[in-house]
Amino acid sequence: MAPTKAKTASKPRLAVWKFASCDGCQLSLLDCEDELLAVAGAIEIANFPEASRAVAKGPYDVSLVEGSITTPHDAERIQMVRKQSRYLVTIGACATAGGIQALRNFADVKEFTSIVYATPQYIQTLKKSTPITDHVFVDFELRGCPINKHQLVELVSALLNSRKPNVPTYSACIECKRRGTVCVMVAQGTPCLGPVTQAGCGAICPSYHRGCYGCYGPKESPNTAALSVGWSRLGVRGDDLVRVYRTYNAYADAFRRESEAHEK
Amino acid sequence: MKSKSRAPRGGAAKLKAIKVGFLARVEGEGGLHVKLRDGKVTDVKVNIFEPPRFFEAFLRGRRFTEAPDITARICGICPIAYQMSSIHAMEDILGVKVTGQLRELRRLIYCGEWIESHVLHLAMLHAPDFLGYEDAIRMAKDHPDLVKLALRLKKAGNEIVRILGGREIHPVNVRVGGFYRVPSKAELQPLEEELKWARDAAQQVVQFTASLPMPEFEQDYEFVALRHPDEYPFNEGRLVSNKGLDIAVREFDEHFEEEHVAHSNALHSRIKRRGNYFVGPNARYSLNFDRLSPIAQEAAKAAGLGPVCRNPFQSIVVRAVETLYAVDEALRIIGQYEPPDRPCVDLEPRTGTGYGCSEAPRGILVHRYRIDNQGVILDAKIIPPTSQNLRTMEQDLWHFVPQNIHLGPEKLTWQCEQALRNYDPCISCATHFLKLTIEEESS
Repeated sequence: MAPTKAKTASKPRLAVWKFASCDGCQLSLLDCEDELLAVAGAIEIANFPEASRAVAKGPYDVSLVEGSITTPHDAERIQMVRKQSRYLVTIGACATAGGIQALRNFADVKEFTSIVYATPQYIQTLKKSTPITDHVFVDFELRGCPINKHQLVELVSALLNSRKPNVPTYSACIECKRRGTVCVMVAQGTPCLGPVTQAGCGAICPSYHRGCYGCYGPKESPNTAALSVGWSRLGVRGDDLVRVYRTYNAYADAFRRESEAHEK
Repeated sequence: MKSKSRAPRGGAAKLKAIKVGFLARVEGEGGLHVKLRDGKVTDVKVNIFEPPRFFEAFLRGRRFTEAPDITARICGICPIAYQMSSIHAMEDILGVKVTGQLRELRRLIYCGEWIESHVLHLAMLHAPDFLGYEDAIRMAKDHPDLVKLALRLKKAGNEIVRILGGREIHPVNVRVGGFYRVPSKAELQPLEEELKWARDAAQQVVQFTASLPMPEFEQDYEFVALRHPDEYPFNEGRLVSNKGLDIAVREFDEHFEEEHVAHSNALHSRIKRRGNYFVGPNARYSLNFDRLSPIAQEAAKAAGLGPVCRNPFQSIVVRAVETLYAVDEALRIIGQYEPPDRPCVDLEPRTGTGYGCSEAPRGILVHRYRIDNQGVILDAKIIPPTSQNLRTMEQDLWHFVPQNIHLGPEKLTWQCEQALRNYDPCISCATHFLKLTIEEESS
């Protein structure tokens, strides 16, 4: 982290915003136990309700946005956030792809509401859960369900030093190779989404003898069709292929199209 | 606190409303609205405007094996709780019992989540209320050693989750039947040294919380928690209360019900024919004091806690005691650990309905699923601790506000917030909850 040049006036001002989400991605900021006090020294945390009662008015230099847009009120609120922010960065699968709650996009939301709530008319919700980029211009996005805290520190550090964040867009496979993990799909026949999933987590699942389940969403130009052929050879059927692509990044273009291709 | 608890007529009546538009230092979005007339409370509403996410709806049609990962996404603070309650519910359906070292590893990863979640709440979110700081970052300027100690202690909990689960938030290694891969002794061993430090640190945290200025406020709650024949509860036990409840987890629906109220996107729970109840650290502690390890019992006594704790503000002390217990228990598990032969037991799907209940850091988390013979989920019900506590949180304010009206709007509003934070409310969980407003009606 860059040393603080000036004590108060020139500190960049950070705001953290929450929309529909589990709070996990903003918790990643509080999970930076070793870096938190250094970060707090280098920037002014101007608006972070999960951590503080104090709310300073905008404008903000950096807004971190967690969560997806699911209510009429939130669709208006995100416009206000954009207007007050120099850089708007979305953090996590909900903000970048609509999140697990985007599974409603493939179903009838009225039926969903009546399953969970006895009095559905009390509930105000939109038909679709949509990523932030469907509503406002997004300067940068951090992927993952949840985001990787090292990527978050890299992002804040890059913005403080006016450089581009070093966040690769290649597949999780590269991280397995670097880590020295033997390919679980080739060696054990364990179905794995690694080849079509963006790196960033550090390829955790294969190191635990489990196939990647795609929580960082599609990488740049993923060949999902070819991977699905590989999965079918390992005995994964149509319905299950739909389920595989319909999790935390279900509404990300590449995963959405592939899931629809296997729907009867 | 007592001298001015009855404000003179007219004086306190100036306060028209307590409004907290957006309750800070909780997980998720909610607020509070208290209405007053002549210094008397006429209405309390904990509003929940966290948008609904419909987990119970989209779980239908998913495989039983997917429930632990999907439900973990309800809450980034306590994903282990969701994973544990769901796997126990599924194992209840499949007639599977996970025992031995696999069961111990489940307790170990839960220890990690309790430490991480409790220390986050007590040091970073709750302690600033007692000492009058807006947040832990500002508190850190005057109490740097305390905040640094808490961060390191929290990290020790996160390390358990990371090593055993792969990552701190939404860990990947837990599955129905066991784990994907079990750790070697050498992988767990580095935790031991840090946890020995953490045991001393947790004792210091208990002493620190015991030294905080504590509002005097006790209520006759019905505490509900798990109780196990010989353990402080994480995953297993009977559901018991201090007012006669003693049931198997499977009997939950016969004794509890949920209600949908207009001001909340979270459902309110109650015990049938009795009303609101209290889950979480105070309940767990008061029903299971005799199950704490000797070091945790001694620390509680030294902190001035009896075997029952009815002051919700003292939950901060109880959380510290439970943190100490979790560190101590983690050390016990690691000390006796031998890797099991297999990471997971065999599973065969079969038709049925199952219940799972585990002690999330905030209290009991109940899952119920019905699956078909292919293992596809037909129906899911999830009852998080915060929605079970909502009525009790509102009840507390009905009593707390009139006793403390002399404090004046600013201080009273802050203390109302603090009273809600006693419950470490997780709004993300409760809607699958918070905003504070206090309003005076014209008389």
